[in-house]
Amino acid sequence: MTFAFDLLLALALLWSGWRTLTTRRLDRAIVLFIAFGLLMALAWARLAAPDIGLAEAAIGAGLTGALLLDAHGALRRRKGRP
Amino acid sequence: MRRFLVLTLCLVFVGALAVAMLELAPPAIDLRIPVHGQLAQTGVSHPVTAVLLNYRGYDTLLEIAVLLLALLAVLTVTDDAGVTAPHAEHPVLQTLARVAAPLMIVVAVYLLWAGAFRPGGAFQAGAVLAAAAVLLHLVGLLPGWRSPRLPLRIGIVAGFVVFLTVATALLARGALLTYPPATAGILTLLIECALTLSLALILAGLFLILSRDEQAP
Repeated sequence: MTFAFDLLLALALLWSGWRTLTTRRLDRAIVLFIAFGLLMALAWARLAAPDIGLAEAAIGAGLTGALLLDAHGALRRRKGRP
Repeated sequence: MRRFLVLTLCLVFVGALAVAMLELAPPAIDLRIPVHGQLAQTGVSHPVTAVLLNYRGYDTLLEIAVLLLALLAVLTVTDDAGVTAPHAEHPVLQTLARVAAPLMIVVAVYLLWAGAFRPGGAFQAGAVLAAAAVLLHLVGLLPGWRSPRLPLRIGIVAGFVVFLTVATALLARGALLTYPPATAGILTLLIECALTLSLALILAGLFLILSRDEQAP
């Protein structure tokens, strides 16, 4: 059971990482990056390193994701302006 | 043809990596035994916190210095101009943020307290507090920061200053950051509290200062 979960987690990590890098739309890439960070936090928890998992979830997925989304919004607004 | 070649090379590389991982020798030095052996003298009972704030206190001291430097760099490249008035978001979002922010503060305090004996600690607690500030900013309840005033500046440098003060005060006893076992617990807690406050302000500042010009018309 846990092996199946680990396998699924590893596959989801690889898939979300690949999609993050290859997807054409920036906003989708950012959301995929946040999902990747959360999956990564789960992976750290499974590797018996909950400290790193917490930091990854809070900083890697949360704050970095918010900064990226904000940068995306600013870029789009700037493009919209003449 | 070329794509096929690349794919084959990639698969060979992945296979080689997997083989290398499976054939890794056991680590030459096992630090777990000494870490657990000296844990009683560190004032905390969670090995990760003991390593971060006691055995390898230098690293954490330099880490907070680097983060402080990053915020200073951001402050020097952003100008004072720019509209800081928040734009009002949807009331549902605002209500949700109002409910979530106090809960996040409680979680941050718990993480800080839990750091002594289970996973948690200053960095995680600071990040949660910063996330609360970012959330409030995004829904328009917290204005972006202009150049920080005096109280904010004190808060931003508090973690580094407290850490450095403790470190240099201990220099009189012989070495930098060698806590006496009797007071190690309370010193660690003091440093962690200051670190949490500063980390929260620094991480939130990175967002609130950088995203400030976004509301410019």
